[in-house]
Amino acid sequence: MTILLEGVTVLVLVTNLLLLSSSRLNYCIRVVAAQGALVGLLPLLMHFNELAARVLMISLAGMVLKLLVFPWLLLRAMRGVDVRREMEPYVGYSLSLLSGVGMLIVSFWIGSRLPLAIPGLRHSVLPMAFFNIFTGLFLLVGRRKALTQVLGYLVMENGIYIFGAAVVLEAPLMVELGVLLDVFMLVFVLGIILFHISRDFDHLDIDRLSALKDWHGAEDEPAAFAPEHSRES
Amino acid sequence: MSLSGIISLTLALVLCPLLIGVINRIKAFFAGRLGVPLLQLYYDLAKLLRKGAVYSRTSTWLLRAGPAVGLACVLAAAALAPLGGGGALVGFEGDLILFAGLLALMRFFTVLAALDTGSSFEGMGASREVQFSALAEPALLLGLTVLATGTGSLSLNSIYSRLGAELWGKAAPALVLTALAFSVVFLTENARIPVDDPNTHLELTMIHEVMVLDHSGPDLALIQFAAALKLWVLGSLIVGVLAPVHSGLLWLDCLAALGGMLVLAVSVGVVESSMARLRLMNVPRLLLGAVVLTVLALILILR
Repeated sequence: MTILLEGVTVLVLVTNLLLLSSSRLNYCIRVVAAQGALVGLLPLLMHFNELAARVLMISLAGMVLKLLVFPWLLLRAMRGVDVRREMEPYVGYSLSLLSGVGMLIVSFWIGSRLPLAIPGLRHSVLPMAFFNIFTGLFLLVGRRKALTQVLGYLVMENGIYIFGAAVVLEAPLMVELGVLLDVFMLVFVLGIILFHISRDFDHLDIDRLSALKDWHGAEDEPAAFAPEHSRES
Repeated sequence: MSLSGIISLTLALVLCPLLIGVINRIKAFFAGRLGVPLLQLYYDLAKLLRKGAVYSRTSTWLLRAGPAVGLACVLAAAALAPLGGGGALVGFEGDLILFAGLLALMRFFTVLAALDTGSSFEGMGASREVQFSALAEPALLLGLTVLATGTGSLSLNSIYSRLGAELWGKAAPALVLTALAFSVVFLTENARIPVDDPNTHLELTMIHEVMVLDHSGPDLALIQFAAALKLWVLGSLIVGVLAPVHSGLLWLDCLAALGGMLVLAVSVGVVESSMARLRLMNVPRLLLGAVVLTVLALILILR
């Protein structure tokens, strides 16, 4: 069982590296879906000896949500807003991969210093949780498109989920279900918001939203967020 | 020097052109063609060796030295690399550095010979070859470091004789990652499809083939044979990681390794038929990915 657990862990690490290095949104959404399924498998493998019905239930619910519902919502949002790839990220893809190495080393260093709830477990689950959180944060700050940022949130949530599964032996059922519901609502609502952002502004670039301002007067300052804003072309 | 070493070197020398033949047949099968005969490279080599060489007046001895030094380097590397789980002809502590160095020396002389012709196309190919190899080499060395750490040995021969079910039980993910990184290095160094297209005739996209445009006759034969041998040698590194058979019976080990090489050739053919060549600017990202995989493997095995 440990070798299987180790294998799944490494696969999750590799999905993070794929996310860091790829620009195609379609592909990224699928990778995040695969990661969600793998992450859902982990609690099952960790608690394999005393498999409680509630662990099984939460894992299965999480897997269905992350493997089927989220990709469906996100792909639909992607088609709706008509973006295909992240064109000009703040941090280039090669540099992102190299930063991934740095984050990997830091997460293994942190992970080796924290105690685990399940004895016998080799220390690779915690580093993975930290690496997921770091990757999610990196995608949030290093990418421009709102859709990639949603993916960043999902990756981070996966990390926190794994951290919970590895450190806290049993989180209350209500808490876990609540988290799942929250994430579902996040993806659902963000899909709608993305659609509206792109319909109103013709793009999904987050950084340009900082040009939004309150109107000080109707005439003396023309709308700063008009789509045909001169600086943007 | 051992019996298994002599056998594995002999097999490499005799069978390496066949590997290219297998890859070509698989590609032909996927394209729905009949394809060239399996032994085509042997015929080509025999034909080229009987021809005379033509040298440009602007070239110097470097153009003549390139193919010979290249073949000598890859021969020495073949003597160091064990076939699958079998032994190598020679081995000493630290020879994995020499192995990487020999491959680098071969590349260096190919590049010098290409630059010596004064052709701008060859210079372009040489520049790309060096750029990609510089990124592939860390992956190769780090991968070998992973294997050396896992087996506690610094010689290719003893690394591959100690690789086995025991290490696979302890560190399977690290070994899989290393094999993946080796495969990327294998495809890059042998100018195979995600990185370079061996069949392309458009100079702007060529990398390796463009460097040997000005070689003819016996020189071209040496280059083609050296390329086939390099394919075999780097392939045997992957097969040795993925299928380490130590049954104690020499013929069984050799048979398993040959089967592994056949599977490797078939999978190269499948990869070449099912993938398109990457854009040149995306190749460094692939190679960087291989480096990152080996770093991950190193972290996993050091823990």
